[in-house]
Amino acid sequence: MRKIVTSVLAGVGLALACGTSVHAQEKSLTIFWAEWDPANYLQELGNEYEKETGVKITVETTPWSDFQTKAFTEFNAHGDAYDLVVGDSQWLGAGSTGGHYVDLTDFFKKHDLGNVMAPATVKYYSEYPGNSGKYWAIPLEGDAVGWSYRKDWFEDPKEKEAFKAKYGYELDVPKDFKALRDIAEFFYRPDQKKYGIAIYTDNSYDAMAMGFENALFSYGGELGDYSTYQVDGHINSDKAVAALDAYKELYKFTPPGWAKSFFVEDNQAITENLAAMSMNFFAFFPSLINEASNPNAKNTGFFANPPGPNGDQFAALGGQGISVISYSQKQDEAMKFLEWFIKDETQKKWAALGGYTCSAAVLKSPEFQSATPYNKAFYETMFKVKDFWAVPEYAELLQQLNQRIYPYMIGGSGTAKETLDALAADWNATFKKYGRVK
Amino acid sequence: MATTMITTLDRSSRAAARGLSDISIRNLFIIPTILFLIVFNIFPLIYSLGYSFTDFRASTNAPANFVGLQNYRDLLNDPYVWSNFAITAKYVIISVAGQLFVGFGVAMLLNRDIPLKGFITTLLLLPMMLSMAVVGLFWKLLYDPSWGVINYALGLGNFEWLADPRMALYAVALTDIWMWSPFVMLLSLAGLSAVPKHLYEAAAIDRAGPFYTFFRITLPLVAPILMIAVIFRTMEAFKTFDLAYILTSQPTAELISIRLYKMAFQEWQTGRSCAMAYIVLIMVLAITNIYVKYLNKVKER
Repeated sequence: MRKIVTSVLAGVGLALACGTSVHAQEKSLTIFWAEWDPANYLQELGNEYEKETGVKITVETTPWSDFQTKAFTEFNAHGDAYDLVVGDSQWLGAGSTGGHYVDLTDFFKKHDLGNVMAPATVKYYSEYPGNSGKYWAIPLEGDAVGWSYRKDWFEDPKEKEAFKAKYGYELDVPKDFKALRDIAEFFYRPDQKKYGIAIYTDNSYDAMAMGFENALFSYGGELGDYSTYQVDGHINSDKAVAALDAYKELYKFTPPGWAKSFFVEDNQAITENLAAMSMNFFAFFPSLINEASNPNAKNTGFFANPPGPNGDQFAALGGQGISVISYSQKQDEAMKFLEWFIKDETQKKWAALGGYTCSAAVLKSPEFQSATPYNKAFYETMFKVKDFWAVPEYAELLQQLNQRIYPYMIGGSGTAKETLDALAADWNATFKKYGRVK
Repeated sequence: MATTMITTLDRSSRAAARGLSDISIRNLFIIPTILFLIVFNIFPLIYSLGYSFTDFRASTNAPANFVGLQNYRDLLNDPYVWSNFAITAKYVIISVAGQLFVGFGVAMLLNRDIPLKGFITTLLLLPMMLSMAVVGLFWKLLYDPSWGVINYALGLGNFEWLADPRMALYAVALTDIWMWSPFVMLLSLAGLSAVPKHLYEAAAIDRAGPFYTFFRITLPLVAPILMIAVIFRTMEAFKTFDLAYILTSQPTAELISIRLYKMAFQEWQTGRSCAMAYIVLIMVLAITNIYVKYLNKVKER
């Protein structure tokens, strides 16, 4: 018996010892984000903060595929494992109405962030509900869907000549969606194992939606009315139908097996010499100008999503804002970090490390725009972006979109009009279920 | 009664010297297991039954409202859910039948005196020992139309195993057959080696043909153990998730478990997904019961 008592006491002592050692490092913050390069840049930025203030910043990451699940599992359990989260723009509704995020409206007004950050980023990364003047996140990583292309293929004189003979205009960076389609068709040569274009088709999260949105918004279409939640007549309008057909048309010129592709596959299309052009988030472009990860780095160029037939030019928004989690025990420390983060010098450092700053001043500066081959396209894009629904039930809306659009895009069942009519009915039913429309 | 059921403790053992009785040792082993089972299995099972009658969403603070059988009604009226069930049924039939055929066939081949028999058996068991997710990732590469080995070896050119909506489910089933046939083989081997040799000798004396011997002697005697393999594989195939989730995102290959995962952890429709889980549970229980009834019948013979 005495032995048991001693061992129990020893165990308790050990636990206390560990407890106190954790206690000694009280000044630390944990930020949760997905596993990708920008998270590493944020860790480096955090190291700078530690040098200045002594507060240790740890950026904890998880693969993209279970980022959403893991984050919400922690929120739903009211856990304090993370103090801040760099959450997807679609999470704002669920994060704010669910009580997971701290209201940052006062902080926002105090620092005039509505003007410090690019307007589109404030609208989509921070505000919920739309136009309510309530803010839940600070724009951290700006992102949108852009395009990379093979400069060497485009600039080959023989190709240029052949293209002009076939289509009657110069082969160049596509000026509109029609040119995008023509170039994709032109380079589609299965016998040479060369293909025209790489697009997003994965239907497990938001890949398909992001890809389709690039066409939809540039064709002048809309997902719906963000203030009244009216979808009929928007998502199934003639413009939207034309956009879906245009996006499906591009699928014809993709490499074989392109039915579950997202950012990894689309970058591979460039690095493995598969496609002439490839759609991707700007956040994945740094690895394309790095010769270690892209043997064609020197020959890779970038352009913003081209305009549609009526000259509208928009792009699907990616990117994330940083929010304080309401279950964190260190909210004051977290606010101090945010105050440091929004400073101009910090934003400059953030951009220099490879982060996509949302600071309007930094974005407009010539140093930023000439720093990389894609920064200019990024700057152009960030002022014309639109996003998916940010309501708490966004995941259901995404699932319904995937369920309707995927069989049409990949399986070829039905028509674009039927597909989008059905989607409008699904969305309307969902909005009805949550009492947003009558 | 319990004390007579278990072997009594050796009086000279250390446990006995410490004054532990048989019953306390039994309790020491069983109570933690029972507690574990109650906390992590039984309690969530009952708790989720309650949730299945509400519109609860784990991602919001909104209170759960009792909606009666609404969730069940909606799910059973949802054509997508029915198509998920049909896909799952098709998948279970293809993959279990395939495993049975391949596994039992290989077991028949191995059930004789050949050199390196143990080594070959061990090698054949390897796929079963891999993790499902790893197998999924490997096969995704093998199936790849641009650089996959399968198309290269079979000379299929750019055949799209996973991107073709009609082919995707078969491709997933094929991978499952590759992975789990060894399991059926292992059980069949055990069954085959238990068939008394004198039955074959008697059959040979009576000049019974190989087909007659197989259908009248081998199969009936191995059937009970094959049934066990079928029960295990059916239950496993019914809840296949990782393999299919990694390999393809075709709606034509969306198994019920993938649908359930999306509903529960992407859309956070907690109440409805609990209802769905119960529908699946009832179906698996029903199918297993049919098998078990049949198994008992086979054993009686």
